[in-house]
Amino acid sequence: MSTVWIVVIASGVGTLALKAAGPVLFGGKQLPDRFTGVVGLLGPALLAALVAIGTFANGQHLVLDGRVLGVGAAAVAIRFRAPVLVVVIIAAAVTSTARAIAG
Amino acid sequence: MAETSGDRGFREGAVAVVPMAVAVFGFGLSYGVLARAAGMGGVAPVVMSITTFAGSAQFAAASVLQAGGAAATAALSALMLNARYLPIGVTVAPWLRGSIWSRLLHAHLTVDESWVIAAEGTGRWNPRVLLAAGMGIWIAWVLGTIGGVVFGDVIGDPARLGLDAAFPALFLALLVPQLRSTERTTQVAGLRIGAPPPAIAALLGAAIALTLTPFTPAGVPIVAAGAACLIGLRRRP
Repeated sequence: MSTVWIVVIASGVGTLALKAAGPVLFGGKQLPDRFTGVVGLLGPALLAALVAIGTFANGQHLVLDGRVLGVGAAAVAIRFRAPVLVVVIIAAAVTSTARAIAG
Repeated sequence: MAETSGDRGFREGAVAVVPMAVAVFGFGLSYGVLARAAGMGGVAPVVMSITTFAGSAQFAAASVLQAGGAAATAALSALMLNARYLPIGVTVAPWLRGSIWSRLLHAHLTVDESWVIAAEGTGRWNPRVLLAAGMGIWIAWVLGTIGGVVFGDVIGDPARLGLDAAFPALFLALLVPQLRSTERTTQVAGLRIGAPPPAIAALLGAAIALTLTPFTPAGVPIVAAGAACLIGLRRRP
């Protein structure tokens, strides 16, 4: 089997295992009360990490490039309650323009 | 804790997901283009979008393969980026009461976007909204991948179009509504901080992720950032 298909199968099986472990093992059971505050904060923590990595990381390096301007413009659009799709298009357009100008 | 999981149904989930599905279709296009350019062929990227169904992980695997990396390295980097789905799965588990097949289906359709749309606040999730939103994202992701693989030559380099900046922008749009809270202050390690808990968790998560990025493989910083949610841990009564 080729390298590509090994990756496709291993990643598919592994990802489903990660996603399904909680629902299969604890499906329908309430978590202890101590953890109710914790699960509500997992979203903000993970999303903020994804924003930070997506804006500044290039592999293992932290860089400042056109993405910073794009995400900054997106933040302004969000502040003015723009729809999600508009926010995403603004980010792509500003980044693409910055790259075109920078050559 | 209330036994109901909210008034929203499949229909509301399907409506709420539309703008995000359009954006995800665009990411799918760029994934199809990059995966094909990485030498994955035309069929494997589509099968991976159907089965793995996780954007950042698939991009990571494609870039490892393009760099000539081994199968194990590519699969492992994808799974590292998806490790966050272990705790995410635990958060939705209490609200999935169906058969094992129903739970597997909901688990497969759990991605960042559907998980956020299905959140009802205060640690509750709506399984019908999760299903509808997850299906919307899945269809858009798979169709986008097919489009990218087929029309890659026409689309050109996705970075030139700024699509890599669209990812963090979408996550930022998902994050901002989650920063609201009824609590005005946060108690951390005996200190009272004048900001709501979600804002503190977000700042802490971003700080952890950026600090670890230069020192750890991709994916590890994101999972480690998840630990910021532990500031919400209540003291044992």
